[in-house]
Amino acid sequence: MNANAPIGPALDSERVTLAHGGGGTAMRRLIDEVFLDAFRTEATGEMEDQARLTAPALTETGARLAFTTDSFVVDPLEFPGGDIGTLAVNGTVNDLAVGGARPLWLSAAFIIEEGLEISLLRRIAASMRQAADAAGVAIVTGDTKVVGKGMADKLFITTSGVGAIPPGRDMAASKIQAGDVALVNGVLGDHGAAILAARGDMALSTDIASDCQPLNGLIEAVAEAAPNLRAARDATRGGLASALNEMADAATLGIAIDEEALPLRREVVGVCEILGLDPLYLANEGTLVLFVPEAEAEAALTAMRAHPAGQEAVAIGRAVAQHPGRVVMQTLFGGGRIVDMLVGEQLPRIC
Amino acid sequence: MRYASEFRDPVAAKGVLAAIDETVNAIGATETNPVAIMEICGGHTHAIFRYGLDRLTPPGLEFIHGPGCPVCVLPMSRVDECVELAERPEVIFTTFGDAMRVPGTRKSLLQAKADGADVRMVYSPLDALDLARKHPEREVVFFGLGFETTTPSTAFSILQAADEGLTNFSVFCNHITVPPPIKALLDDPDMRLDGFVGPGHVSMVIGLEPYRFIAEGYGKPIVVAGFEPLDLLQSVLMVLRQVQEGRAEVENQYARVVPAEGNPASLAAVAAVYEPRERFEWRGLGEIDKSGLRIRDAYLTFDAETKFGIGYGAGPRQVAEPDGCACGAVMTGRIKPPACPKFGKECTPERPLGALMVSSEGACAAYHQYRLASLEAAE
Repeated sequence: MNANAPIGPALDSERVTLAHGGGGTAMRRLIDEVFLDAFRTEATGEMEDQARLTAPALTETGARLAFTTDSFVVDPLEFPGGDIGTLAVNGTVNDLAVGGARPLWLSAAFIIEEGLEISLLRRIAASMRQAADAAGVAIVTGDTKVVGKGMADKLFITTSGVGAIPPGRDMAASKIQAGDVALVNGVLGDHGAAILAARGDMALSTDIASDCQPLNGLIEAVAEAAPNLRAARDATRGGLASALNEMADAATLGIAIDEEALPLRREVVGVCEILGLDPLYLANEGTLVLFVPEAEAEAALTAMRAHPAGQEAVAIGRAVAQHPGRVVMQTLFGGGRIVDMLVGEQLPRIC
Repeated sequence: MRYASEFRDPVAAKGVLAAIDETVNAIGATETNPVAIMEICGGHTHAIFRYGLDRLTPPGLEFIHGPGCPVCVLPMSRVDECVELAERPEVIFTTFGDAMRVPGTRKSLLQAKADGADVRMVYSPLDALDLARKHPEREVVFFGLGFETTTPSTAFSILQAADEGLTNFSVFCNHITVPPPIKALLDDPDMRLDGFVGPGHVSMVIGLEPYRFIAEGYGKPIVVAGFEPLDLLQSVLMVLRQVQEGRAEVENQYARVVPAEGNPASLAAVAAVYEPRERFEWRGLGEIDKSGLRIRDAYLTFDAETKFGIGYGAGPRQVAEPDGCACGAVMTGRIKPPACPKFGKECTPERPLGALMVSSEGACAAYHQYRLASLEAAE
């Protein structure tokens, strides 16, 4: 990559061709005019093969570096509430944040299928920049590859992220203790339902938008209000049910939740009714569950509700000594049932 | 959806549960000598455990989980035939989602897809018709599966295809009907049933008439029920009251949706396109007379069995079930899922041996996924 004056002809084609992956001037144009234009910040220095970075948060005594990576594939690429770019930024930001890290820098690698509209790529790059700004991170390095038609589905993005865990902070599911309270920051399943509806193959018309958002600010707010914040997970693939099962497993504790307390949107429940799906397993991209000691639960809830990403925060249950590794739910009727891990994908039922 | 919360009202449920308790006591039923009610439909089985209703009803009431899960009763040989069709290079095989994971002798449709077969999940046979229009060079086969609820939509898709003169669309017909297996269960001398809860969405199509033989011929009450938890509890109470009063009638709890005569337009389309097969194999139950549907001669060009020369009657019928699999005993209510030696051991939702573990509406999957008692028993 080179930040100097552009070389060769302007990016005049409407679609990405194999030439844009050839390492020559076409590729340079694509990188300069689509990605660099969108991502350039003060942190973007000389264009070497690597970003060279420093931050005071990392040099503090006792600070730890957090590092994570995630790949993003979604169909359709753009959907109500976001696109693959916002997912790729927020997903990695949130993977850092739920570990207590303050996200600093991201990398972004793009695998582009020949034929993708360049205007679409520009929109996605722009929304990545917007998402990065909102989360307070910079995209500092990246890569593009172009593959032939049919070798990939339009666009795949991989982002890696680096963050700093402040001294003394140690969030992990294994720290959860019996009696700790489980809190979620808002309604469940919006992302999964929005994607299902946006695929358009069910003729469902809803105005559900993805909940895609960064969670680092919210977690900082909770950590300040509830200094003994034990652990957090974002309830992405597999939904709240999977996040809770993973936490129960790691903590060797049971988790008991209350169906009546679950924040569910009427439209999401409706989509699930029609398709025979369970909203507990629908994906979220800006929803988390966290555990705090009972004594700090009120303070944590107040802090969450004061933050834009947590206005609908509620307590949904607690960690218990019984049935270690398992999640159970008190149903609306006062009955009880297991909330199990999902096997494979949720498949819409026949009738 | 407007109805959903109203029919999940916990306060109303408490009242119905108290009445259920009272009626079970009045009948004199106990844990060792319970009133046995079969919920025919897998959707109801699923609802019982998903809402934890089994924890709320008295021990003198026993739910027997019926055969009404179309994925569960599909014989393995039919899954094999699906895979065979799907593996033909010219075929785009289209199916409802939950049929994808059912194990066949060699593989499931999901595995066939991973191995390169063109298997696509659709939400309606009309989606399959669309594919046929878009891909005139390919053969689009729709996996017609299910009870009276899904039969009309495949009938309409065949009528539509005939209307348009589509030549590359066919249906692999595995449609089955609810009343014949109920008759088979009632004829079984080992079955001890006091009444039935019938599937409301089936009656949306067929109405109430086809169940009259249960009340009049066999003297057993049946109540057609909706799918919300309160619907189910109310229906159970209605069955119990009939038992208590010594009545045997067909009653309709789901009158807000189910007209007594069903849906004449759907029935007419089904009658135009389909006719009963002599007999059809049900997994775990064996062959049952007049329990399946085939495509009538007039529409044979849309019959995948005819078109591809495979299917019911084309080859030897019996494919052995996995060794030690007790799906049949569970499906007839002889045993409860945990009594099967494979349950939760060799047979789990992750690696299902038998079909009752595959679909979330199968009794075994419902027990495994939701049932708290199994967790408590383990402690």
